[in-house]
Amino acid sequence: MALKNNVPEGPLAEKWTNYRGSMPLVAPNNKRRLEVIVVGTGLAGASAAATMGELGYNVKCFTFHDSPRRAHSIAAQGGINAAKNYQNDGDSVWRLFYDTIKGGDYRSREANVHRLAEASVSIIDQAVAQGVPLAREYGGLLANRSFGGVQVSRTFYARGQTGQQLLIGAYQALSRQISKGSVTMYNRHEMLDLVKIDGKARGIIARNLLTGKLERHAAHCVVMATGGYGNVFYLSTNAMGSNVSAGWRTVKRGALFANPCYTQIHPTCIPVSGDYQSKLTLMSESLRNDGRVWVPAKVEDAKAIREGRKTALDIPEADRDYFLERRYPAFGNLVPRDVASRAAKVECDKGHGIVATGNGVFLDFAEAIERYGKSAAHSQGLHNPGKDIITKLGTAVVEEKYGNLFEMYEKISGENPYKFPMKIYPAVHYTMGGIWVDYHLETNIPGLFCLGEANFSDHGANRLGASALMQGLADGYFVIPYTIGTFLSKEIRTPKISRDAPEFAAAEADVHKRLQGFLDIQGNQSVESFHRRLGKIMWEYCGMARNAEGLKKAIKLIQDLRKEFYSDLFVPGKQDEFNPELEKAARVADFIELGELFAVDALNRNESCGGHFREEYATPEGEAMRVDDEFTYTSAWEWTDVNSEPILHKEELIFDNVELKTRSYK
Amino acid sequence: MLKEKLKKMSHGNMNLTLKVWRQKSGQHKGNFETHKVQASEHMSFLEMLDVLNEKLISERKTPVAFEHDCREGICGSCSMVINGQPHGPQRGTTTCQLHMRQFNDGDVIAIEPFRAAAFPVIKDLVVDRSAFDRIIQSGGYISVNTGQAVDGNSIPIEKDLSGQAFDAATCIGCGACVAACPNASAMLFTSAKVSHLNLLPQGKVEAAQRVLSMVNQMDEEGFGMCSNITACEAECPKEISVDNIARMNREYISATLGSNKTA
Amino acid sequence: MNWFTKFLTSSIGRKLIMSLTGLFLIVFLLVHLIGNLQLLIPDGGEAFNLYAKFMTTNPVIKFTSYGLYAFILLHAVQGWLLWAKNRKARGGQGYAVQATRATGTNAGIAKRMGALGTIVFIFLVIHMGQFWFKMKMGDLPVQIYDGVEVNDLYAPVKAAFSNIGFVLFYVISMLFIGMHLMHGFQSSFQTLGLNHQKYTPFIKFLGNAYAVLIPLGFALIPIIFFVKNM
Repeated sequence: MALKNNVPEGPLAEKWTNYRGSMPLVAPNNKRRLEVIVVGTGLAGASAAATMGELGYNVKCFTFHDSPRRAHSIAAQGGINAAKNYQNDGDSVWRLFYDTIKGGDYRSREANVHRLAEASVSIIDQAVAQGVPLAREYGGLLANRSFGGVQVSRTFYARGQTGQQLLIGAYQALSRQISKGSVTMYNRHEMLDLVKIDGKARGIIARNLLTGKLERHAAHCVVMATGGYGNVFYLSTNAMGSNVSAGWRTVKRGALFANPCYTQIHPTCIPVSGDYQSKLTLMSESLRNDGRVWVPAKVEDAKAIREGRKTALDIPEADRDYFLERRYPAFGNLVPRDVASRAAKVECDKGHGIVATGNGVFLDFAEAIERYGKSAAHSQGLHNPGKDIITKLGTAVVEEKYGNLFEMYEKISGENPYKFPMKIYPAVHYTMGGIWVDYHLETNIPGLFCLGEANFSDHGANRLGASALMQGLADGYFVIPYTIGTFLSKEIRTPKISRDAPEFAAAEADVHKRLQGFLDIQGNQSVESFHRRLGKIMWEYCGMARNAEGLKKAIKLIQDLRKEFYSDLFVPGKQDEFNPELEKAARVADFIELGELFAVDALNRNESCGGHFREEYATPEGEAMRVDDEFTYTSAWEWTDVNSEPILHKEELIFDNVELKTRSYK
Repeated sequence: MLKEKLKKMSHGNMNLTLKVWRQKSGQHKGNFETHKVQASEHMSFLEMLDVLNEKLISERKTPVAFEHDCREGICGSCSMVINGQPHGPQRGTTTCQLHMRQFNDGDVIAIEPFRAAAFPVIKDLVVDRSAFDRIIQSGGYISVNTGQAVDGNSIPIEKDLSGQAFDAATCIGCGACVAACPNASAMLFTSAKVSHLNLLPQGKVEAAQRVLSMVNQMDEEGFGMCSNITACEAECPKEISVDNIARMNREYISATLGSNKTA
Repeated sequence: MNWFTKFLTSSIGRKLIMSLTGLFLIVFLLVHLIGNLQLLIPDGGEAFNLYAKFMTTNPVIKFTSYGLYAFILLHAVQGWLLWAKNRKARGGQGYAVQATRATGTNAGIAKRMGALGTIVFIFLVIHMGQFWFKMKMGDLPVQIYDGVEVNDLYAPVKAAFSNIGFVLFYVISMLFIGMHLMHGFQSSFQTLGLNHQKYTPFIKFLGNAYAVLIPLGFALIPIIFFVKNM
């Protein structure tokens, strides 16, 4: 199979404009007859369903949640990038493009990334028009802040709840189409299979989660916007329900899975506190604007803190190692996420960790409080203020900036972060890999499209902060509504797809059999216990640092786990009822298979790039070392069978516009 | 006493008695079931329920159904009443962010679903909150198609006003307001959306129609009326103010009497 | 449904009716109290009786009084309707544990407005039977002031206020009216949407003061009568 990425000809900056000017259109009377299925209602899914509804397509939209508004996009905190250059600091579409390519460690497709940078500008306008309350300056104009890995201020935000506000905007647009009847919403429905007729995606099998009944839904094409697969690690900042199943089911039907090993580990999360833990909580990257990351320079001090004999306040300034500032003086605490995470791991591995498990570093605001306090005192006309006053005033400033995050930290950890530095550690946060798509966001299965985090397209091997929201909304509002026309313009003579086609019956029978299979095992172990064990293997061998030996071991361990899963799983209840355990079983089964592919991909990629760090490929200072001669390609994997190796298809990455360099933040 | 508490903390063990509402479906009658659970101070409330469910599964019993997803206080999925309070005893906190250190060893904890006629029970602690979606569908949006927008900075919005709209927009749609209200009124939810959109210049264009349609839908869903008890505000995990309710009343009255619009 | 009936039967319309009738009754209480205070003028009841005659014969006042009766009934009936509708909205199954958190208002009272209102209504029925009915339907002794015959309402009032049982009933009823006002006053402004960062604290203060002072005024009169007659 030759991978055709369908990138249009012409200069980079004109590709998208030319494409839109020359693509075939679908007339309004035909749009009414064409049906589109959208799976997922996060930023990408909700915006796509709403926009296609506005255009006049007949949209059916699915979510496994009880409401479209609960999709996990809602939890994004920090912000959304856009090349508006409102700050007059030299930003441009080109710079956003370049930063994203560089941040992705030169492993993304140029044309897609440039289109993303172009669309970013319109997203902000669209959000404002929808009533998204983005932060404002006193003059009433939009405010910006900085994020890691860039030197301009281009991040728009709504306090620490940007994802929530943007998702609510998309949800409202979707709700408007639902009320008009152009979108039919199916809440509490989970896609469990893709139906292909004559090689094209023509529908899905969905399970009504309330009744357990399997339903057939037909359409002229299928759009998936089903999010990332970070939960393959069990512990991640993803929601409990986030899963790979919709995507993985399409892989089973022939779609390709690209770059599964590209996983983003976010440096600032609240550390794991015990075995019962079900998820990890992110502390926004914006905190690194003011927080300083450190560990005790002496191993014995770290040990004393771990054992509760000392606190951070007992460590004198001279005995603290601000390791990010030491190693990366140019970017300091604001290095990209992959770099910051690995640095923290290095310190903890050397025995400098400061929580009981050994895996934690400090994020300290004492200096920021003092700096802001002095400045506030000065503007109030206080000369020679006492330490108490400085701390009080500084705390107020920090509270105004990050109050909700500090409060969240205190609720979870039980410690006051204004007094004691926060304890943080990296955690799985985002997956750059996903279903392979071409420039149209169409997979190798005609008529099957994939948007947002679920596809692999725009972030290469590492995503920059505030870019996930940008990509989800660009795909949904401004890309798919155009590119889907290229496919559907050829389908105007296709009559309504019948749900009685034999392909539907066969797919439904497959799903039924598979679900019954889980129930019939009647073993002794819960779904959760298998998921937890999978997560431990993944974190141990496929986490922040990987090596060939560990990855081989992981593949073996996952294969054994899969066998045990299918022989000793216990799922209570029946198929035809509300059965959350059965839902989880199907998802974890898919995670186990994906986990193996993940390790295979990581083993294949004999280089270090972005979120994929292979210990064998590092500079003497411990920085990632790419092998551009051999690996400047996207790995797109074709599934064969559980017992045979997946087939690797390579999409060569061609850089006509940027020069491949070693990323340096020193 | 503090010393005692510290000692317990280090052991990480709390023995709790849970009285959990079990109900097979909306058609079945429900009842309380008593379970003993061992928990640690550092667990979230939902992690404590995970422990209970693991125990039930190991005994080959049906686990307790409850809704949850993000577990960081923003998706609005969790919907349970803990000892008589939606989302439990800590102010401004969702169930998923409630930690067991808020409880004491030996506590008896009653866990019930959100109760309201407009939120019928689906199973155990899971209720149907789709009425909220229908309220939003009736007018909780600004009618603008993708691609029609003008430049974001062409509409200056005063910082405080934007902040007020934001405060209303932080609603997570969990339904705690309805659960807490003795009248099962959805005024706080509906008014938060009306306020968010009607305060902003972009939303002013449709303000009158929006408030009329949304209140009408809210009434049709069978929610109760507001007696200004303000239990909703007190229990709201996002601490949304009842000032929004006053604003909605005002807008509703003026839209009815002062515009040519009808619901 | 016509837009106006729809408005009045909407959740906010119904509350609006409660609010407006409530505010009218709040104002009436003040007028009533001013009248009652004339009982304290030591003239053997002349001022009070003349006031009572004026209130029952002046055409403007008479007209207003029909409005008053209608509003009392409307307030009560609407209140009961709301109570029933809210019970239905709450659903059949209550919470096993009742817990409340401190709120911005007096939630304990706010929750019991229906019950408090019912008690106040019962008091009103008894109260009107005792004085208003007598005044209206005659059966009262007559006093002559400046050659004009005036019903002597003062006499039954004085008699009633010498009865400890009645004084207690009256004073306790005022306590309930006070509680009803404590919530009703500020709540009616919230329902009308008259809410403002600067003025609402004042309205709340005024409401609380009103809820204490007006019933206190009403309650003091029988107490003073009783003490004087002891």
